Amino acid sequence: MTGDQVVQVIYLLSAVLFILALKFMSEVRTARWGNWAGALGMLLAVGGTLLRPEITDYRWIIVAVVIGSAVGAPMALLMPMTAVPQRTALSHAFGALAAGLVGTAEFYLRGETLDAFSMGVLCLEVLLGYLTFTGSLLAFAKLQELIPTRPIVYPGRNYVSLSVLAVAVLTAAYLVVNRGPAGLFPVLVGSALLFGILLILPIGGADMPTVIAILNAYAGLSSSFMGFLLDNRLLIIAGALDGSSGLILSILMCKAMNRSFTNVLFGAFGQVAVETAEKGRTVQAYTPQDAAAILETARSVIIVTGYGMAAAQAQHAVKELADLLISRGVDVKFAIHPVAGRMPGHMNVLLAEAGVPYDLLYEMDQINPLFPETDVALVVGANDVTNPAARTKPDSPIYGMPILDVDKARTVIFIKRSLAPGFAGIDNELFYLPKTMMVFGDAKKVVTEIIAALKG
Amino acid sequence: MTGQVDILTNLFIFVLASFLGLELIRHVSRLLHTPLMSLTNAISAIAIVGSLLLTGAHHDDLSVALGAVAVAASTANIVGGFLITERILRMFRGRGR
Repeated sequence: MTGDQVVQVIYLLSAVLFILALKFMSEVRTARWGNWAGALGMLLAVGGTLLRPEITDYRWIIVAVVIGSAVGAPMALLMPMTAVPQRTALSHAFGALAAGLVGTAEFYLRGETLDAFSMGVLCLEVLLGYLTFTGSLLAFAKLQELIPTRPIVYPGRNYVSLSVLAVAVLTAAYLVVNRGPAGLFPVLVGSALLFGILLILPIGGADMPTVIAILNAYAGLSSSFMGFLLDNRLLIIAGALDGSSGLILSILMCKAMNRSFTNVLFGAFGQVAVETAEKGRTVQAYTPQDAAAILETARSVIIVTGYGMAAAQAQHAVKELADLLISRGVDVKFAIHPVAGRMPGHMNVLLAEAGVPYDLLYEMDQINPLFPETDVALVVGANDVTNPAARTKPDSPIYGMPILDVDKARTVIFIKRSLAPGFAGIDNELFYLPKTMMVFGDAKKVVTEIIAALKG
Repeated sequence: MTGQVDILTNLFIFVLASFLGLELIRHVSRLLHTPLMSLTNAISAIAIVGSLLLTGAHHDDLSVALGAVAVAASTANIVGGFLITERILRMFRGRGR
């Protein structure tokens, strides 16, 4: 076997390991093998590449790997689980930057010798790479609350964004047709960088799960295009796997909100309070002790958690309450809406971190039929995903969104900081139902008081 | 002509890998979507292959500089991605353990 064939066989093994990684990821039992398979695949990919004769100078590679590890490891080991979405966004930015930079260097090295197809994939790689870079950085800044998480909007923003995208696409087309001039390349880079920013500015915090998934897909596709440019099949396969993963997750997120991609990207959802509480309706406020009295006699409880729970750092208190109820023979389940949290599956991770066994966590489709036979639905830090208006009010902005059927439980205990509307800026019908007990206050404090009252 | 044949083969590979990816991801439990994303995020750092070739081939200073930054960025992505996936997955525990 020639040296090149050895490298190709290593790449093939690496591709197989990536595929197995995703396969193992399908269930909790095998998921950790999946991660190890992925890591081994990556190790083979790097090792195989370092064997290639093109690589003659290892000095800068070593320096870069040391710096990269020094940045990546602390980020993974020290970040709290509430910050996983930020870390993921930042990581997307790194991956996309790498693709963009390689494309840029390739353009200046051999742009004039490329055929039209190669120039096309180079331009796509650079376009997606740089727009994902700035887009992910901005998503990171929003999730980290370095900048306001609400949509940042101005009149005519969609025209501005699309014009910038048009400049990028037309520049790319010109470069493909004419293989130059090199002077035009910075225009492509600049407009891609700018478009990434403009794309994410008008997107609000609760739409982040969809956006992170889309950026994930872009980062993958960018790697795939690099594979076409370098005629490297491992890059094509790994990028395609990544791209399809991001695509599926973003479709799931959109479905869970009953919205389209275009609406998420250009709708600037949740920017204004659409409607305020109807006049003349009042809610009855209860104390944590009242809630405890209800829970005292309940035989089945479904706990519905949302991002508000994590924001209040109440997950450990919630887990303690669940344990207490279980120890008294109560049937406790957790209901998780697909868009709960700031990235797909985020709420599951937060509850797992608090020590809630994963077999107590139920998806929307599994749990909804169980609400009518449940004594108490306890809502902590969730709002819009429980709003019955999504089923009943065709004029509501969230009409058609699949919700958790909390209102069908015999009693609803709703812990909420204040009567302020949720992310969608609309009133929640649930608050005014006779069966609903509103308990106002900080989630952690209220849950702790409920526990104390139950024990007392 | 050989160039065109390669393009077509690569397109075949891209399309097949995409459909395989869609099938595989479809079966991932919703429970695991966050670790799935941090795993695919680490895998997308496969761009390190191109970055290494660029840095190690030493064509000119610009390509080494861009390549080295790209290697550092991809390494951060790889190291961070696999470590955090492991950290998350260790938290998932069933009942009775």
